[in-house]
Order: sequence, then C-alpha cells, then structure tokens
Amino acid sequence: MEMNQIIFILFAAIIVVFSILTVTSRRILRAAVSLLFVLVSTAGLYFMLNFAFLAAVQLALYAGGIVVLIIFSILLTSHISQKMEAVELKKSVFSAMAVVLGMILTITTILQFSFQATSIAAVEINMELIGKALLSYEVDGFVLPFELISVLLLAAMVAAIIIAKKGSPTSDKAHIDKN
Amino acid sequence: MNNGIPLQYFLILASIMFFVGIYGFLTRRNLIGILMSVELILNSVNINFLAFNRYLYPDRLEGLFFSLFIIAVAAAEAAVAIAIIINIYRRFSTVNVEHVNEMKY
Repeated sequence: MEMNQIIFILFAAIIVVFSILTVTSRRILRAAVSLLFVLVSTAGLYFMLNFAFLAAVQLALYAGGIVVLIIFSILLTSHISQKMEAVELKKSVFSAMAVVLGMILTITTILQFSFQATSIAAVEINMELIGKALLSYEVDGFVLPFELISVLLLAAMVAAIIIAKKGSPTSDKAHIDKN
Repeated sequence: MNNGIPLQYFLILASIMFFVGIYGFLTRRNLIGILMSVELILNSVNINFLAFNRYLYPDRLEGLFFSLFIIAVAAAEAAVAIAIIINIYRRFSTVNVEHVNEMKY
C-alpha cells in the first residue's frame, strides 16, 4: 500500500468517526470540537488533491472562523456541563433508516457509473492564476460571482449586526407587553 | 499525486459525510446542533466539487472557485444564523426548536 493511500484512509476514518460524533454527541461543546476535527481533516484532503490555497482558506475560515463563532454561541446559550436530552428512539430509528437507504442508493449509483479517466495535463494552480481568474471578465473569468459574493458578505454583516443588536424600539415594546 | 486513490473513494466519503449531516439535521433539537449539521453537508459538497475538478477536468478551475464561493456563503450563513440564535435565546431563554414556536412579536 502506498503512502498516499494510507494517508487518505486515515483522513477518511477521522472524517467518518468525528462526523458521527458531531451529530450524536449529547454534549454540544464536544460536538463542536468534533466538527473542528472533521473540518481540519477535510483541509488535509484538499492538500492531497493539490488545492493548497483552498486548504488554507478552509483552515482559516472554517476551522478558525466558523467553529470559533459556534463555540462562542454555545458558551453564550448553554452551560458547559449541560447534556442535551436524548433523541427519541422512534425518531432516531426512522431517521437512521432514511439516511442509510439514501446512502446505499447514492453509493451504488457512484460505483455503477464509470468515470472516464482524463489524460489532460493538470494546470498549475498558483495565487497569480487564482487572482487573475477572480477579476477577469473574459471567458473563464469569475468577476460576476466575485462581486455578488462581496455584496452578499456586506449584506450578511449588516444583517447580523442589526439582528443581534440589543434593544431596538420594537423589541423593547414587545418585552414590556410580554411582562 | 493521486495514484492509487480512485475518484469513487472521494465521492463515497463525501456521501457518507453528507448523509451523516442529514441525520443530524433530522434528529437534533438544538439550533446550534442543526447549524453544525448544515456545515457538515456544505463541506461534503465541497469535497465532491474538488474531486471532480482534479480527476475529470484538471485543466480547468470551476470546482476550485465554486468551492471558494460555497465557503464564503457558508461563512455568511453561519454569521446570520448565530445572530438569529442569540436573538432567539434573548427572547425565549432557550435554543430548543420545540420551545420556539411563535413568531407574533
């Protein structure tokens, strides 16, 4: 067995085990830490696929940004030692059945399809190529989605501030009415 | 680089991750748990895009950029979702979806 196969199996095992822990752990903080392991192993897979830039983005944005945000919100909304109530047996059995059925269907479909191996030489991905493609408006340029994403990020930032802001006039009134 | 690892392995891994995320989405009753399941689902989709890009169309960059945009959308989604969760917690003192069932404020 070659070295890269061993590394792939290692990453795959980490991803599968910690994904299952993420959705089944009854302590929410442990679930968040499992999610961190899953995201870091995914970055490892990106390195194996030779997408170094995307692996760095994954580490910085997902592992560094989103997980920290999730852990902050967990600490703000629940006690660390608090355990979530167990899932009802009926619900978990039916969900597991649906999920396993879907998984079998998808995996058999994948295994039946014969993917054509290509002999095209891989393009060398470097920062210059990525930057030029992001701002190019020719064929193979991505300037429109790039601009859309920047508007979306601005809108999301403003929306997050507005929503989480404390004490707008309407919410004060609602609070008084409620009491 | 990828000698000995067929494309199918990546796709199978991504589908396992996707369906584990679906399971969490169906069974979790905590809003933050649901958010984490959604992150798993988005991440598995990214693996698919990159594997297809590398194995079938190595001379193009669509998979790379699509994954980049998915990551940006996921970051925006997480920020807004967490703002909403914090606001819900402030009003209802819980983040359990079964106890948050009124929208008349």
